[in-house]
Amino acid sequence: MAVDMSVRLGGATLPSPMMTASGCAANGRELARFFDIRELGAFVTKSVMADPRSGRGTPRMAETPAGMLNSIGLQGPGISAFVDKDLAWLKQAGARTLVSIAGNTSGEFADVAATLRSSDAFDAVVGVEVNISCPNVANRGLVFACDPMASAKVVALVREQLPRDIPIFAKLTPDVTDIVSVAQACVKAGADGLTMINTLLGMVIDTDRLRPQVAGVTGGLSGPAIRPVAVRAIWQTRAAMLEGRLPTVPIIGVGGVRTGRDALELVAAGASAIQVGTATFNDPSAPVRVGRELSELLQDKGFERLTDAVGVAHGRLA
Amino acid sequence: MSEATTRHTDAQQSGVVQVTGELIATRRVGAYHHLTFVAPGLAELARPGQFVALAVGGDTSANLLRRCFSIHKVSPSGTYGGTVDIVISAVGPGTQWLSTLRAHDEVDIVGPLGRPFPLPKEPVACVLVGGGYGSAPLFWLAEGLRERGCHVEMVLGAATESKLFGVVEARRYADGVSVTTDDGSAGTKGWVSDVLAEVIRRTGAAVVYGCGPMGMLKSITDVAAAEGAVAQVAVEESMACGIGVCMTCVMPVRGNDGATRMVRSCVEGPVFRGDRVRWDAFVDGECRVPADTVGAPRVGGH
Ligand SMILES: Cc1cc2nc3c(=O)[nH]c(=O)nc-3n(C[C@H](O)[C@H](O)[C@H](O)COP(=O)(O)OP(=O)(O)OC[C@H]3O[C@@H](n4cnc5c(N)ncnc54)[C@H](O)[C@@H]3O)c2cc1C
Ligand SMILES: Cc1cc2nc3c(=O)[nH]c(=O)nc-3n(C[C@H](O)[C@H](O)[C@H](O)COP(=O)(O)O)c2cc1C
Ligand code: FES
Repeated sequence: MAVDMSVRLGGATLPSPMMTASGCAANGRELARFFDIRELGAFVTKSVMADPRSGRGTPRMAETPAGMLNSIGLQGPGISAFVDKDLAWLKQAGARTLVSIAGNTSGEFADVAATLRSSDAFDAVVGVEVNISCPNVANRGLVFACDPMASAKVVALVREQLPRDIPIFAKLTPDVTDIVSVAQACVKAGADGLTMINTLLGMVIDTDRLRPQVAGVTGGLSGPAIRPVAVRAIWQTRAAMLEGRLPTVPIIGVGGVRTGRDALELVAAGASAIQVGTATFNDPSAPVRVGRELSELLQDKGFERLTDAVGVAHGRLA
Repeated sequence: MSEATTRHTDAQQSGVVQVTGELIATRRVGAYHHLTFVAPGLAELARPGQFVALAVGGDTSANLLRRCFSIHKVSPSGTYGGTVDIVISAVGPGTQWLSTLRAHDEVDIVGPLGRPFPLPKEPVACVLVGGGYGSAPLFWLAEGLRERGCHVEMVLGAATESKLFGVVEARRYADGVSVTTDDGSAGTKGWVSDVLAEVIRRTGAAVVYGCGPMGMLKSITDVAAAEGAVAQVAVEESMACGIGVCMTCVMPVRGNDGATRMVRSCVEGPVFRGDRVRWDAFVDGECRVPADTVGAPRVGGH
């Protein structure tokens, strides 16, 4: 019998745990040329802010061992054009959509959420991912997710703007001393779940020109190279839940997943759903391929339901 | 809507395929490697100016990003089924890996990608300018133009003779060929832009097609404008995915409304009208965001 891959995330039940990762899949049309995006548990859109943004100059990327560094600068159309064009398209395509939002200030996050809620295509939305791994203009550009208080404020303001049955997920950065304390702050402020991890801050020097390789100087490191960091972050947070240090909420795992086996690692550490980011650049159909591979692996291991494998490694410490 | 019309993976509808390509021929041509792959379904969809994106290093490769190459030619049916040809300059790990492949090795190929060269409606004279391996997509283009009755001339340039590609073919595909090299080892010593004005004037060309390094494309655009011709150039920006999902390949281009936007060269390009590209933004290996770009960072932060 086929493994039951369905997953409950907040109010929503998704038929599959597989998702795209924000910023690694554009807003749907491009990947729809390669697979049926309705096969995904949810399509995760590129983080959108209040106004249109050009993003940074180029070069915007550098390839690194088993990964890449990117410095895009949150290029996007702004929330109004996003809901009119992109979300409307995702809705007619029948895609369950997890909308990623961002802001320069906590107020901007709330404004973006409000515009999203009032849009005609809002019924395509199965959840909102709050990308707090971006710089807070009000605090000298310190990333929101590096500060539990600032993270909590964003989550609380976004929560107020959205109906109760729309789950919100706080997307955390691994670039902190104690990821559990940020997770605690977010859940307390009303996050229904956590997405982890965003990219790690990194830098590459072009050794021909002896200058930073990306125009933004530093950038976000992603890809298989960071998978062990994702596994660790998920493990620590799930362990804290098991110890009762924070309420048990679903974790969406992301970071370096390229195969079903990689996904299983994140699941065993505590992830209920899986996003595939950088691996999509290597294989456009990776988000659905990984889902098939994960399902086969679970079957081989005798699991009837994906949910039975979530966090399973915690009970098997030697 | 019926199931058939909502299927998104249908190749004819999406215009792109992802296939395992079997290498059937590889040979050295001067400084380059010319590779032929069997790529079922790709040839029928492809047009001159489009490109393919190849995964390199196999399934567990640590080089995850796709490598993009102009389509040199395609043949929809032959002994092996549809084939696609590319011409590679081995510069880094991915292109070096590709250059060491042998017959029957397999590579994951996505294509055709991007927008092709637009063809003129009237049988006007055209000049096709290629720098280095940039000439690779032009022969196929020349063929299409001549079928429409266009007079076609080619200008091929490179740093040195071994980096010219296709000078012999050019004589077959074009009505006239000019060659330039920086060091004078073949043809006229100098740049393609040095001889281009004369060719446009002599042929009365209405369109100049260009493919090659950015600096060359800018000068082609300038010369074409000065001679009253339209430039259509295929750009080469650093790409991570080739399919429009990563936003790394952007460049500032003016739209029909006159506004400059950072557009993805893999989906809105690689072919642009030369006079739409904001060449002023390209300085010293970087491309800045012009201040009048839609959504440009404001002074003092966003
Ligand atoms: C539309 C298009 C058509 C091209 N056609 C050809 C062709 O016909 N023949 C040919 O030899 N080369 C062509 N190139 C350039 C070719 O893609 C790069 O030389 C190649 O990707 C370098 O890979 P590497 O592993 O050797 O180098 P690396 O520098 O290690 O590449 C690392 C990463 O940077 C990207 N990258 C590096 N340089 C370039 C570049 N110049 N352009 C785009 N991406 C780059 C690679 O795709 C890869 O993701 C084309 C590029 C584009 C965008
Ligand atoms: C090019 C690129 C752009 C990204 N843009 C965003 C973004 O807009 N919002 C966001 O929350 N994460 C963004 N990310 C981070 C990914 O969603 C993901 O968290 C991270 O890359 C780790 O997963 P991966 O290793 O599977 O790529 C981006 C990553 C890449 C590589
Ligand atoms: S190369 Fe990824 S969007 Fe163009």
